[in-house]
Amino acid sequence: MATNEAAAIVPHEEPNPALLHHFVTEEQQKNAASLGMWLFLAQEVMFFGGMFCAYLVYRYKYFGDFGSASQTLNIWYGAINTAVLLCSSLTVVLAVRAAQLNKRKALTMWLVFTILLGLVFLGVKGIEYKEKFENHHVPGPSFAYHGTVPSHPDQQVNPRHAEIYFSLYFAMTGMHALHMIIGVGLFGTLAVWAWRGKYSANYYTPIENAGLYWHFVDIVWIYLFPLLYLIDRHR
Amino acid sequence: MTEHSNASQNTATPHEHISSIGSSVAIWIVLLICTALTAGVAFIDLGPLNTIVALTIATFKAILVVLFFMHVKYTHEKLTGLVIVSAIFFLFLLLTLSMADYTTRLWH
Repeated sequence: MATNEAAAIVPHEEPNPALLHHFVTEEQQKNAASLGMWLFLAQEVMFFGGMFCAYLVYRYKYFGDFGSASQTLNIWYGAINTAVLLCSSLTVVLAVRAAQLNKRKALTMWLVFTILLGLVFLGVKGIEYKEKFENHHVPGPSFAYHGTVPSHPDQQVNPRHAEIYFSLYFAMTGMHALHMIIGVGLFGTLAVWAWRGKYSANYYTPIENAGLYWHFVDIVWIYLFPLLYLIDRHR
Repeated sequence: MTEHSNASQNTATPHEHISSIGSSVAIWIVLLICTALTAGVAFIDLGPLNTIVALTIATFKAILVVLFFMHVKYTHEKLTGLVIVSAIFFLFLLLTLSMADYTTRLWH
């Protein structure tokens, strides 16, 4: 069967230089690369899943303290960043499309737009982190927290428990931001190579896989936004 | 338009899905509307429903991104679905079994 497929494609066309010798067809090679990327993303789900699980357990245990700490976050930073990430996901889709249609300049342009939107996200995150430092909401020796449990004005929040909320906040958004930085670096490299004409409709697997990575990072934020910013607005 | 003919000439893999600009932009607009909606709903007091609504909208958005932006709806590689389903299954296993433990302990 394998030989039949090979015989079917070889005679009438120049072999694609991007096709490696251990693959029979380009489609098989692409599917293998894509499947490998999906497996990587599956273990990323488990990686972030551990932190989501820790968040769930501690939110259950210190429900009132977490509610108060969550209400100190600015919902608008989270909402704006969600919109910025969704825009960057669209530019990634358009970049992959440009590669599939052999449009080198459009591909480079959409990759650059993606990088810029990624940097906007990180900038907003930086402003947010700066406020946390100013308010002493960064876990560590200078951490300070004063507040009452939502809908229990007589009950003071235990600062140690609020500190756990902010530890999880920084761990989750920090790991997410690290993924963004890696993504921006990836797209920076790909943009240079795309400009030099390395990618075409015959070979754009790195663009597609970097795109899958970027969409995954977007999905992590789609869940971080409601969990950290939204669900404890009302108690 | 000419996209289709371009694709069949230049793309060596004939089953490749090329997303149209129109549908991508439409999905993107739906995602932005959902973001505005979930941020808006957070200001309304729905009691415990706030959490359910926020996570339902988030899941809807995630499904749109996976199916359309990550091209899973159009993939010909059946194993991709298996990888996604098993990732979600093991995530739920982690979350539900951990919570089943912690919510039934009597320590304080």
